[in-house]
Amino acid sequence: MIVGERKPFEEIMEMISPYKKVLIIGCGGCVTVCLTGGEKQADTLASQIRLAAKQKGLDLTVAVDCITRQCEREFVDNLKEDPKQYDAVLSIACGAGVQFMSDIFPDTPFLPGLNTSFLGYNKEPGIWEENCRGCGDCVLAWTGGICPIARCSKSLINGACGGTDKGKCEVSKDMDCAWYLIYERLKARGKLDELRKIRAAKDWCKDRGAGVRRLVLKEMVEEEAAG
Amino acid sequence: MSEPVSNLQATLEAGKFAVTGEIGPPKGVNIDPALHEADEYLKGKVVAVNVTDIQTAVMRFGSMATCHLLIEHGIEPVFQMVCRDRNRLALQSDLLSAYGLGIRNVLCITGDHTTMGDHPGCKPVYDLDSVGLVEAVTRLESGTDMGVDMKGNPNKLDGVPKFFKGAVVTPCADEVEPQIIKLEKKVEAGAQFIQTQAVYDPKAFEDFMKRVEHIQVPIMVGIVVLKGLGMAKYMNRSVPGVVVPDAIMQRLADTPKGEGKRVATEISAELVRDMKDMCQGAHLMTLGWDDCAPGIIEQAGLNGQGS
Repeated sequence: MIVGERKPFEEIMEMISPYKKVLIIGCGGCVTVCLTGGEKQADTLASQIRLAAKQKGLDLTVAVDCITRQCEREFVDNLKEDPKQYDAVLSIACGAGVQFMSDIFPDTPFLPGLNTSFLGYNKEPGIWEENCRGCGDCVLAWTGGICPIARCSKSLINGACGGTDKGKCEVSKDMDCAWYLIYERLKARGKLDELRKIRAAKDWCKDRGAGVRRLVLKEMVEEEAAG
Repeated sequence: MSEPVSNLQATLEAGKFAVTGEIGPPKGVNIDPALHEADEYLKGKVVAVNVTDIQTAVMRFGSMATCHLLIEHGIEPVFQMVCRDRNRLALQSDLLSAYGLGIRNVLCITGDHTTMGDHPGCKPVYDLDSVGLVEAVTRLESGTDMGVDMKGNPNKLDGVPKFFKGAVVTPCADEVEPQIIKLEKKVEAGAQFIQTQAVYDPKAFEDFMKRVEHIQVPIMVGIVVLKGLGMAKYMNRSVPGVVVPDAIMQRLADTPKGEGKRVATEISAELVRDMKDMCQGAHLMTLGWDDCAPGIIEQAGLNGQGS
């Protein structure tokens, strides 16, 4: 899932400061699951903004809405509020959601209420962690299902560097060394030979090296064109 | 075996015990003191001098330029290259440039993470890892680069470099098998000599060397001069795979004021003496206390240039 973290409140207030009528739209997808961008968080944020506006004596009205996903056309019709009736919309979806909605409503400023952080999952209560970089060339088959591209701070592909220490990364003692985890898992499975193979330099074109990436399902495109 | 391209290669391949030193370029353009130290304390005493490459991700004068200046001073350099700051275009280009400037020894390193240094917000590169960098050097030596032409054939080089390729290993890592597996890959990729992370425990090093007996390239034990108890504590606390044993800690604690360099020299020399029969060379990292190097070599009973 996509994990996003709410922007600092001061930054949000600064972003909406030019506007008098603001709509906050939550997203029922990933960011609801990570408890930062759903309906409940939209309500809470609206209350905080109203309170701050009152304290500062600002002329600001805030409304709230939420749809199942802000990244798909079919859900946009479920909006109860009309974004065009507002000076600005504060979307607490991920960056894809903010952009999708901006394309649907090009005349209305859609402001990001979240910082989209990473692809990951819930590790323990209250903690989400990055697990996938979306590098476009998955290596999990030979790394014991642990991604070194996302989870090694250097995205190394041939094993741990000298910064590995007691299973942790040199960047932080709170960060697992992905290659240590990979080593342990492959050893337990009797598959250390996977670690012994030299892995060729990664093709970063499939990551971000060649600009914007697309998924094209050719058959579907052709079917659509044929009408 | 092909003709050695450097004194370091010739010394190690002749089976002589080789000693290398190390200098770290300054933050700024005041390179003369580092060159002076190298002239004064390393020239004629060690076979070659490593030059660190933006060490610990702290921005500073470059390794390649310093290596070139060392050559002008009649000192053979070991050009350290980290994967952190350059993509494969820049790495390969710098290898060609280094060759053009007379540099022959290259040490391929992953590089400390950007967040360890003084520009934590910068974008870390790590396009290649250390195994990939050794492979890249080997590829250049074969006359092609990592790219391909329009037909998908490897690009041919106009003039082919030849290096003496080095890599590193941490012998006292808490989990040593992954280090050994990676070392095997570096050698398979073409590494011809190995310099190690700092070792302070000869017994642990002996165990490590037994485990890598099958690796047929010279290994030079790394000695980092301990500049005091504070530094030793820091190494134990913060430097992965480095353990300073209690006995050395005690000697540092008991060191009278003003005797730091004498004790540091003695400890380093003892370590070299204890480990020299286990390996093929020693790499002295004096971290600015370059004037300790001659004493270490002498007290260890070595002729640093091969004995």
